[in-house]
Amino acid sequence: MYVYDAFDRTFLQERVAEFRDQVARRLSGELNEEEFKPLRLMNGVYLQLHAYMLRVCIPYGTLNATQLRALARVARRYDRDYGHFTTRQNIQFNWIKLAELPDAMADLAEVGIHGIQTSGNCIRNTTTDAFAGAARDEIEDPRLYAEIIRQWSTLHPEFTYLPRKFKIAISAARHDRAATRVHDVGLRLHRRDGETGFEVMVGGGLGRTPYIGKTIRDFLPKEDLLSYLEAIVRTYNLGGRRDNIYKARIKIQVHELGAEAFAEKVEAEWRQIKDGALKLDQAALDTIADRFLTPDFEALPDDPAELATALANPAFARWHANSVVPHKVGGHAIVTLSLKPVGGPPGDCTADQMDTIADLAERYGYGEVRVAHEQNLVLPHVRQKDLPAVWRALDAIGVATPNVGLVTDIISCPGLDYCSLANTRSIPIAQKLTQRFADDARIADIGRLHVNISGCINACGHHHIGHIGILGVEKKDEEFFQISLGGKGNSKARLGELIGPAIPESEIVDAVERLVDTYLELRASPAETFIAAVERLGIEPFKERAYAPR
Amino acid sequence: MPLVKSGAVAADPFTAVADGAPLPDGPVIISADRLLAEQGTLAARNGEIGVAWPNGRDVAELQPLLGRLSLVALAFPKFRDGRAYSQARLLRERYGFKGELRATGNVLRDQLLMMARAGFDGFEVEKAADAAAFAQALESYSLFYQPTGDGRRTVAAARRAAEG
Amino acid sequence: MTSPLQRKLKISGPTAITANRLADGVVVWLTSGGAWSMAIAEAAIATTGEEVQRLLTLAHGDENTAVGAYAARVEVTAEGRAAPANLRERIRVNGPTIAPAA
Ligand code: SF4
Repeated sequence: MYVYDAFDRTFLQERVAEFRDQVARRLSGELNEEEFKPLRLMNGVYLQLHAYMLRVCIPYGTLNATQLRALARVARRYDRDYGHFTTRQNIQFNWIKLAELPDAMADLAEVGIHGIQTSGNCIRNTTTDAFAGAARDEIEDPRLYAEIIRQWSTLHPEFTYLPRKFKIAISAARHDRAATRVHDVGLRLHRRDGETGFEVMVGGGLGRTPYIGKTIRDFLPKEDLLSYLEAIVRTYNLGGRRDNIYKARIKIQVHELGAEAFAEKVEAEWRQIKDGALKLDQAALDTIADRFLTPDFEALPDDPAELATALANPAFARWHANSVVPHKVGGHAIVTLSLKPVGGPPGDCTADQMDTIADLAERYGYGEVRVAHEQNLVLPHVRQKDLPAVWRALDAIGVATPNVGLVTDIISCPGLDYCSLANTRSIPIAQKLTQRFADDARIADIGRLHVNISGCINACGHHHIGHIGILGVEKKDEEFFQISLGGKGNSKARLGELIGPAIPESEIVDAVERLVDTYLELRASPAETFIAAVERLGIEPFKERAYAPR
Repeated sequence: MPLVKSGAVAADPFTAVADGAPLPDGPVIISADRLLAEQGTLAARNGEIGVAWPNGRDVAELQPLLGRLSLVALAFPKFRDGRAYSQARLLRERYGFKGELRATGNVLRDQLLMMARAGFDGFEVEKAADAAAFAQALESYSLFYQPTGDGRRTVAAARRAAEG
Repeated sequence: MTSPLQRKLKISGPTAITANRLADGVVVWLTSGGAWSMAIAEAAIATTGEEVQRLLTLAHGDENTAVGAYAARVEVTAEGRAAPANLRERIRVNGPTIAPAA
């Protein structure tokens, strides 16, 4: 992973000092709320229902054990002993006091983490594949480019007051695990004739006007990455709408101009700057690449005896089947830690769990931890022979629920329990669903199924791209939920289709269960996944059943 | 509204003149429309000319006139409206404007450094306290990740230097 | 429960003014004396648009103590005290409806 050098650290300290001064000026009344709000947002500080919330950036989802322990310390010292991992590979603390925030940030800065640009109308932290640097289907490690983008976009003097927030995602594997098509800019790394380059997509996004991103360039040579991004963001900064907050994202600009006209503007701008200071020559790439520490992997034989023995235990075998995937280095594996226990809030992790996971990462995983956008954690490099021991340790702290990728691996936003913008709660729905589908054998039989829940149209739970998407709406102070079916977030991204009128809170769990039962009845074979069945059959047969009287 | 130039509060030699009003002697700031409409007569004028350029208008239009201009005032109607940052960089870095680039409108302390990095060198600061803290605001950071035309030291350059 | 910040001021029954305390974000209610209290029971209850407007103006003028003030519909208890009238305010008063990570 990328190791901060003295320059990065100096920068972070200066940032903390600046924020400390801004907080002091706010508390003294020198800054009013209107002036202060964008400044705190740009440091990841929101004011939610009960308290301030600090969103801490985990650049491209990569953490080391020391950093994870620092997060645990912040949870204990300034918060209520837990944190919440989000779909953007960040962590949120829900109970922080404004007056204590500068200290919390100083603690985090010591280990090279911060909340910079996790909110505000600026370029947010770049997200990528949680399996980066470990996946077998990877062309190159995307984190090098994510880090280059992080540095370029950090406190960018031109792009800190954009019309609206701006999110970039990057994927370098054959399988897109970063949902690049639903970001303001999506980058997919390809290799052509030995050269590395990017497919550039713009204008994707969820929220109240969901769009799938449009490709404006098939193959951008890697040395042009930053100049091209600068051209895109400049085109947006100058031309994006500022008259209506709901129309201010780049997707609206792209849509209103048309992708081709938008691309022409970008290309015209880019031609002027492509050979300028942002060109990434090999030396520039190398300076960043040199700061990445790659574990010294020792290739081992696959399927060692320890693993074969352990697989005789059905509980281990079930966990292994859905939480473990092959690693690019022989004898290793990528392990996903489910933060979706039955009855628990999705994505929450206690300080004690964080500490244990940090220990396990050091002991068994080359000290690395990842945050997956599905709100789970990942130990990206585990020796296969250690899997049984890792499983026991994870199970002991409740993060080995064998439900990764299954119906109870629910992505959920915080909803009305915390969020000041919410229409309805979302976590309790997830909790009830995990209780309804608590049987491990049953969920294994149901197979791959992504359920996503958002408590309002802002879609932080990415409900549009859930195989089953659930959106909270409010009618006369009562919670209702709309269900959509057939959404997907991968390279064939598609938005789900609404099945009909919203369902009251008391009936939503039954309705989802009826959808699942319908799938089990109608699937061509157990090999046909839920999403494949929806694609083959359309939503009609599901719709009929979802609303059927009990 | 104090004007900050070269790091200190300074008197403003320019007078803003409304469209249609006669131009006084001495440095003036006129509107974009007037500048474009009266190019011919303005060329003959002796005094310095500045223009208040709206943030929704392409600065490429200004390019042929830059040689005649001593000042371009760009607007921040709200500090959250960041279009003028792009305009400033284009004027400085692409069109080579050497005169005063003045930030006007909702100009506050916490954006001064960004403005300076984008190429502004005149600041109509809204609050007197912010003008007094100008130097401090510009020193909040000692190095920067991305290159702009301001010549401030970038992290990449510092790294290369450190590597020798 | 559309965010009250986005909603136009329209009064439908007893209303109190609520906000979050600047220094720590804690939920507070405006009392009839113009101070902020952590107890909704101490909130001033307004029943006319003018009264709500008056209290709101007072609240907005005190942005350095409490931020994001808005008018929230409340119920009035038998003792004549304010109590939350909808899920959002119940959650603000009583905390999340879920047990956090165990
Ligand atoms: S989707 Fe809505 S309710 Fe959920 S976290 Fe986002 S803004 Fe809040």
